[in-house]
Amino acid sequence: MALRDSHVTMAHGGGGRAMRDLIDEVFTSVFQPPGMEDQARLMEAALQAPGARLAFTTDGYVVAPMEFPGGDIGKIAVCGTINDLAVGGARPLWLSAAFIIEEGTEIALLRRIVASMAREAEAAGVRIVTGDTKVVERGAADGVFITTSGIGVIPPGCDPGATRIRAGDAIIVNGTLGDHGAAIMAARGEFALETTLQTDSASLHRVMDAARAATPDLRAARDCTRGGLASALNEMAQDAGLGMLLQEAALPLRPEVRGLCEILGLDPLYLANEGRLVLFVPEAQAQAVLDALSGLPESAGAVLIGMATAEHPGQVRMQSALGGTRIVDMLVGDQLPRIC
Amino acid sequence: MKHVTEFRDPALAKALLAEIARLCDQIGATREKPVHIMEICGGHTHAIFRFGLDKLVHEGIEFIHGPGCPVCVLPMSRVDECIEIAEREGVIFTTFGDAMRVPGTRGSLMQAKARGADIRMVYSPLDALEIARRNPEREVVFFGLGFETTTPSTAFAIQAAAREGLKNFSVFCNHITVPEPIRALLGDPHMTLDGFIGPGHVSMVIGTHPYDFIAQEFGKPIVVAGFEPIDLLQSVAMVLRQVAEGRAEVENQYARVVPEHGNPASLAAIADVYERRPSFEWRGLGEIDASGLRIRPDYAGFDAEAKFGVGYGAAGPRHVPEPEGCACGAVMTGRIKPTACPQYGTGCTPETPLGALMVSSEGACAAYWQYGGARGAAA
Repeated sequence: MALRDSHVTMAHGGGGRAMRDLIDEVFTSVFQPPGMEDQARLMEAALQAPGARLAFTTDGYVVAPMEFPGGDIGKIAVCGTINDLAVGGARPLWLSAAFIIEEGTEIALLRRIVASMAREAEAAGVRIVTGDTKVVERGAADGVFITTSGIGVIPPGCDPGATRIRAGDAIIVNGTLGDHGAAIMAARGEFALETTLQTDSASLHRVMDAARAATPDLRAARDCTRGGLASALNEMAQDAGLGMLLQEAALPLRPEVRGLCEILGLDPLYLANEGRLVLFVPEAQAQAVLDALSGLPESAGAVLIGMATAEHPGQVRMQSALGGTRIVDMLVGDQLPRIC
Repeated sequence: MKHVTEFRDPALAKALLAEIARLCDQIGATREKPVHIMEICGGHTHAIFRFGLDKLVHEGIEFIHGPGCPVCVLPMSRVDECIEIAEREGVIFTTFGDAMRVPGTRGSLMQAKARGADIRMVYSPLDALEIARRNPEREVVFFGLGFETTTPSTAFAIQAAAREGLKNFSVFCNHITVPEPIRALLGDPHMTLDGFIGPGHVSMVIGTHPYDFIAQEFGKPIVVAGFEPIDLLQSVAMVLRQVAEGRAEVENQYARVVPEHGNPASLAAIADVYERRPSFEWRGLGEIDASGLRIRPDYAGFDAEAKFGVGYGAAGPRHVPEPEGCACGAVMTGRIKPTACPQYGTGCTPETPLGALMVSSEGACAAYWQYGGARGAAA
């Protein structure tokens, strides 16, 4: 054990022995990348399925606190990029991981984050094949920022996208909404609320596989991360040039999430998720897809929440249990808790 | 949170909607000659649009959206003063999230934060107090804002700061009261209001008697209401029943939460910490007598107006004219609907708000926009 420090110092970013020790002990010994020197050297065979296309994506992750009930920043950095690949129809293969680390960060915390990334990657069958670390002065970052990029392969004939959605298609989500956003708010401890809420963070490639197996015509899928279900659906409604009509009574919400939102004046439709996606499938196959999804833990709570419509193109609307209909619009910025 | 489901029961809503329709017919209320009911509170405005109640009720009901949104009635000069305080050396300025985006003449608090001011969002004045305890070398200012709902918690924070002898905590007090602007509205000869829905959370603190004058002096019914759809529908029916029977009374629909005489501990804290200002400026409504609170001289050390020499504590109120074409005042007094404002949806949108009614989620314009009151009708 060459690494004796308990906290990251500027020396760990200086390019010398301290940096080498940090990278060897905390990162490469865990990820065990197949690459050499500063790049991953990968076998081309995995990319050569006939007719297949390559999917490539990147995403930055910042979250406070870095550890929260049910997960940490490492888990969402792996799941998030896997999900970006998966919802486009790709089978995720390789990830890169770049870390911006604030001076003073506990090395034990860094180890926990890395272990969590390795665990999630292994469970999903992807490799973290290359990476980078930079250390910045205290105050120049908040703890650890992670950027992961991902490469995956899209099998032949698979081409989900919002423009393929048709009026009458069923809209399905894979579980309760807003758990992650609510869990993070509760974990920040800014209001004295005790909850049992956990992040919904999960890799969703198996959910996509199950859905594709159940319907030959999976029209479109999107992960509902920042901005929640409402933002994802608004983007898709505009891309598709169709309306979307949700049934409020069908939306899956945990009582704790509903309660937190009532108290703070927030709308759970806009809360972030890290393991939720929205699927569009032909109505006739909706039940088959729901049955297939119910067999997986990460989509055991899958339900039908509405349908695509020819009316009100580009708009998401919701019918309340009382019969009134309202627009579910894009937000300008973050939701701000109200005064009273 | 079981109550939430109970108060959104579709069968109960249907029965109440039928009752409202029956009463409208009995009174003879029509689309052309509607009953005007003002929901005073922005929380009610938000709920009406969120649940689409305006479209579900009989067409003989017209909701007039009242001035009960504390962010919306905050004059621009006060936002400017917030920024002036926040930009002072060594200040940590704390505020409720709602107030972050309200535009002043030099932009909003959110923009001041981006320029470098240390502005932090808190959920309670007690959070601000905690920041003051942890940062003894900094001056921590809390932006005290809101009606009788938030006034007591600011008072509790000031009392605690006084007990602890904190020297670095103060409040920029903008607390205002509900009954006075209602009196001002009722005194306006152009107002045609048939009844009121009163803010339930305010009455949790002040009880129902401060509204007696509405029934006794002005002969209008008022029903203090909760915030769930069933609460609102039931309250509309109660107002209509008073109109139908020729009564004008203060009724309490929200008795599960609202005690007739309010909350004694909160009222005692309010009386201890604040006194009434002779008058206070409301955005869009102008100066209203005795409608604002200031911190008593006994607690002067916690009064940011005195500490920083701004606002009513300085050379008297500083009036800043509204942006050109902004009709927030007319919307707030119910003279026009948000969609009738020439700036609505063009010069004034949630992305680039001109007036405060487009900023807060409780503002009538933002509610219209967000829930499609206007665009839905046009589509």
